[in-house]
Amino acid sequence: MGKTEGQAILKVERLGKHFGGVQAVHDVSFSLGQGEFLGIIGPNGSGKTTLVNLITGFVKPDSGKVIYRGEDITGKMPYTIAGLGISRTFQMVRLFYNLPAYKNLIIPLSSSRVKRLRGGEYGERDDVAVDLLDDMGFERDSFVPYKLAGSLPHGYLKRLDLARAMALRPDLLILDELFSGMAMSEVASTLPLIEKFHEEGLTIIMIEHRLKELFRVVDRVMVLNYGEKIAEGSPQEVMGTETVKKAYLGIEVEIP
Amino acid sequence: MAEGEARYRKKRLDRGIKARADTIFAIASYKEILYLALPRALPVIILFSLPFILTGYWGKVLVYACVYGLLALSWDFLASCGLFSLGQAFFLGIGAYIAGTLSYYFHWPPVITLPIATIGGGVISAALLSPVVRLRGVYFAMVTLMLPMLFMKMIETTGIFGGAQGLSALKPLAKGWVGTYLMISVFLACLFIFRRIINEDYGLVLRAIRDDDRAVMSAAINIYWRKIQALFVAGAVGGFAGAFLTHHYQFVGMSVFALDYSILPVAAAALGGPGTFAGAALGSMILVPLSEALRALSGLRIAIYCVIMILSVIALPEGIFHYIERKYHQFERLVRVG
Repeated sequence: MGKTEGQAILKVERLGKHFGGVQAVHDVSFSLGQGEFLGIIGPNGSGKTTLVNLITGFVKPDSGKVIYRGEDITGKMPYTIAGLGISRTFQMVRLFYNLPAYKNLIIPLSSSRVKRLRGGEYGERDDVAVDLLDDMGFERDSFVPYKLAGSLPHGYLKRLDLARAMALRPDLLILDELFSGMAMSEVASTLPLIEKFHEEGLTIIMIEHRLKELFRVVDRVMVLNYGEKIAEGSPQEVMGTETVKKAYLGIEVEIP
Repeated sequence: MAEGEARYRKKRLDRGIKARADTIFAIASYKEILYLALPRALPVIILFSLPFILTGYWGKVLVYACVYGLLALSWDFLASCGLFSLGQAFFLGIGAYIAGTLSYYFHWPPVITLPIATIGGGVISAALLSPVVRLRGVYFAMVTLMLPMLFMKMIETTGIFGGAQGLSALKPLAKGWVGTYLMISVFLACLFIFRRIINEDYGLVLRAIRDDDRAVMSAAINIYWRKIQALFVAGAVGGFAGAFLTHHYQFVGMSVFALDYSILPVAAAALGGPGTFAGAALGSMILVPLSEALRALSGLRIAIYCVIMILSVIALPEGIFHYIERKYHQFERLVRVG
């Protein structure tokens, strides 16, 4: 099935969703190659998060299809889709603040997907969780992984949400405005992590408002406006497009 | 501000276990051992010695309190994964009628009917409620509230399972204290097992479903299947309580679906402190005897009962057990400041 699809891991075909009279996503199509890094940008309310919700099953589409590795996953339950290997972070982090940070990872580590990927056993989940967090810059020696999630600063919470998504060992990672609300230094320490995941072969979709950082890491950018795709291509191409400049930026952005 | 007069300030210390590894406790002295073991041993000692002290009427009340205690534990287990049940009578009734019919029509002894009613109660409860596990909060509560009434009316109008007369002359439990101690043992086992489960990874996932089901779904966990598992456990515990009552009274009738069995467990959990299981158990150990003691007042009984409930919930909204637990881990002393 992989052959007929080429190298595409995800194909979105004419996806549409409206909430009442608002067309949140309108006829959006794109495809994503294995190991590719796609950026999605667009003004507020342009349908980026809805698109993520449609792909991950949190919102059921009115029309169109989502094909993941040749399999139609349109309208499947979020846990089924996550179990197939599409993991996401949330714009507003969804964590359990009254638990120690590492205990937040116990939940994905209790899924049957992780059990299967670990060769049929869960292992010592607590140790696996702390190891994962250690790799994410939650220094084990400083006891940060053992602190209550609610007591951690915002940048750490965003990274904890990323760790939670990575604990599933995804094949496709969708980052929904991971950097929003992060300080410059926190972005600077998180960006290399994501670059590392990408280098290791992970396919990533990243929604971001911080264009400078985004353009440094992505292969391709897609621009949404009022739920419609208005441009797609390399950062340079896209930013050269008149419609994008008009719709989104209104200013020139220097592309590294 | 008087000169020379010593002033004191209350200082509060949180007493904790000094060193704790994952599974072993580093214990320094017999005091620490007692500190850890006493709260766990106390309910066991008290409940096992009570049948010696309480005989006759109050002995029966003790068994009755344990039955309600099981229902309250079952309620608390469901609540820990976000399912708020107002229909504990349903679980009780299913178990009671399974044991009743098996005993009445097939003359099977309690040794066989009790396990069947426990497992069967869990399966039937989970199967009948599985279509509504997608409902949350008050909507799930409404469905569970209706179910016992539905069954009661069905039995009354169709006359199945003895209809309004019920099934009587069923096989009794073994004579003597066997029944009492069986009930107490199951109640305590349930309490300790639930407290353990909820702090394991399995319970962590259940509690996470209550707090944020979308986050749990994004972690590739089928929350509906987990909820059905919780329903099975709650249904099995309630089913055992029902089957026990059937053989205890040697009778089963529509009264097992009464609203009392749905409301009192919730009240007990609220009074004792929900989410701890110990609170639910403690609450039913207080409420059931209290309700019996107030029988002397006949007409005013329910009114006074309600006032006590309201006052306790206002005075201790966190629940009795949360309060005791907090105080147990703290000690206060006066420190001279002036």
